[in-house]
Amino acid sequence: MDGAHAAWHGAVSIEEQNGTMTALADDTFSEADFTTASTEDGWMLRLDGAWITQQISAVDGKLRALELPSQGNAIIEIGDVSGLDTAGAWLIHRTELALLARDVAVECRTAAPAYARLLTTVRANDAHCPEPPEPTNAFVAMTERVGKATVDAAVEARDLINFLGHSVIVLGDSIVRPGRIRFTSLVHHIEQAGLNALPIVGLISFLIGIVLAFQGAEQLTKFGAEIFTVNIVAQGVLREMGVLLTAIILAGRSGSAFTAQIGTMKVREEVDAMRTIGLDPMQILVLPRLWALVICLPLLTFYANLMGLLGGAIMATVVLDMTFFQFVRQLSGAVTLWTFWIGLIKAPVFGFIIGLVGCYEGMRVSGSAESVGRMTTRAVVEAIFLVIVLDAMFSILFAILGV
Amino acid sequence: MSVTPEFDPTAVIRIRDLRTQFGANVIHDGLDLDVARGEVMGIVGGSGTGKSVLLRTILGLNAPAAGQIEIFDQEVTGATDEERRAVQRRVGVLFQDGALFSSLTVAQNIEVPLAEHTSLSPELRSEIADVKINLVGLPLDAANKYPSELSGGMRKRAGLARALALDPEILFLDEPTAGLDPIGAARFDELIGELRDALGLTVVMITHDLDSLNAICDRIAVLLDKRIRVGTMQNLMADDHPWLQDYFHGPRARAAMAAPNQAEQG
Repeated sequence: MDGAHAAWHGAVSIEEQNGTMTALADDTFSEADFTTASTEDGWMLRLDGAWITQQISAVDGKLRALELPSQGNAIIEIGDVSGLDTAGAWLIHRTELALLARDVAVECRTAAPAYARLLTTVRANDAHCPEPPEPTNAFVAMTERVGKATVDAAVEARDLINFLGHSVIVLGDSIVRPGRIRFTSLVHHIEQAGLNALPIVGLISFLIGIVLAFQGAEQLTKFGAEIFTVNIVAQGVLREMGVLLTAIILAGRSGSAFTAQIGTMKVREEVDAMRTIGLDPMQILVLPRLWALVICLPLLTFYANLMGLLGGAIMATVVLDMTFFQFVRQLSGAVTLWTFWIGLIKAPVFGFIIGLVGCYEGMRVSGSAESVGRMTTRAVVEAIFLVIVLDAMFSILFAILGV
Repeated sequence: MSVTPEFDPTAVIRIRDLRTQFGANVIHDGLDLDVARGEVMGIVGGSGTGKSVLLRTILGLNAPAAGQIEIFDQEVTGATDEERRAVQRRVGVLFQDGALFSSLTVAQNIEVPLAEHTSLSPELRSEIADVKINLVGLPLDAANKYPSELSGGMRKRAGLARALALDPEILFLDEPTAGLDPIGAARFDELIGELRDALGLTVVMITHDLDSLNAICDRIAVLLDKRIRVGTMQNLMADDHPWLQDYFHGPRARAAMAAPNQAEQG
């Protein structure tokens, strides 16, 4: 039976096999064990059981704790072992090394040539790998991280401005020579970023219109000024909400897609291939995407404004017993044409920024697929951040201009 | 239908009448294969003949449409999780680019199967990882490096070390020498041969490398017409199937044959 055990195990040479061998699960092996004795040849360590990876966890600790002789000879008797693999052989060799370190001569006795060969292999490969570096002090590590993040942010800002300049040149060039714009690509991206975004942009704007109307009505009814709900909806949707929500949706939907598309092309060296063929990635990849967003965002904003007002109107007729006609009359008094333009003027700028950040982060992808994911996340966060910063700056600008 | 090969009681992998398909696309049909204990079996075939699919199917990563696959007399398809884990402990796999976990160092990668399948102490796990790193010929300072810091050849060695972590009886290799320079590829072949001899491994390797086939494979399984034809290199060279003729008598094959047989030296 022991022979059959030993025969299937990987450590045993091919010649020792016989036809009766069947597959055995690990638990049919007995746990590794050992006994010590003093014989006339010297101190003896007699191994027993299966010295294989699955069975040596207990014997490992016992071996470490074992009191070794400090002089004379030692014999490690492997003959009774029913299985041996590299992990078991390592334990034997580790004991051997510990004995040698105490100036004790060691002899390993085994009848099986396969065991002897395995021991020889392990002996030849016993060098220790260096310890992993100690984790640095938490405070130092944090300071280091903060410093690194600051430098990275500064470098990134510089690179983004660099990319901005490059994009403006390419964009300006394409206005002078519109023939440079890849028409098919442009239409494709307009469909992806614009047309396909209509349902989600429409739904969200509609719901925001409803929310604004409901909240406005709640508060204004207390003053008996519920008619001004219409003003809140109109000002809120046309000036801010319409364009801001559309921009945020596009940053999440299209900005991220741009980064992922261009990033994947970078990883697969398609962008490098383009350069070697003499195609400019800025012209082919970046330009159509920028134009697509610059064109789409104003159109989507207009649509979002309509849906927002519609949502507000429906909510107003439900909550305030207002007729649709009354809503429209109040609306025409509440807004000027400028209110509408203020929202819409921001749209192409936001579109440009979203496209710029999306393409920039895509071009920064390098090496692994992992960095595509990282850059995509970053593109969305940065695009939304920049859109809101720009929106605040527009607010200040319009306040100064008094519109 | 082919004649079912004789029942070989020593076979560690036994495939009968295997059929795999993706949609209407049939990859293997009526495929039989026996891998004997202790042999190095090379799997070759043209692009798209389903070499990797066969490997994935044997490993249970891909469900076959029909047929039986047994590893150590354990049916792989339809095995319970417990039975599957018992087989997994005895099998090591080296994927094409190592498939190392990128968030772990090389040493930690090797310790993953040990931590999952055994109750060894962390110190012993680390010591065993050290032995395996030595065994596959990685420099010692590679232990604390991340996979992204290693070259392609080192990643393969690290992947091999992880595949050997539990001292498997069967080692599956997916194109172990692809992407290595000829010197690195020859060293890798030598290493596989040495490990086979030292650890008594059974090796199943997909390869396109005629030098590898010549140097270390005992038998070769060729994927032809959705089936497998097994033989030694000499048998297959004598076969008059046109693909085999092209494969073993092309200019590259002649160059590989002309080289001294390294298996004898190893």
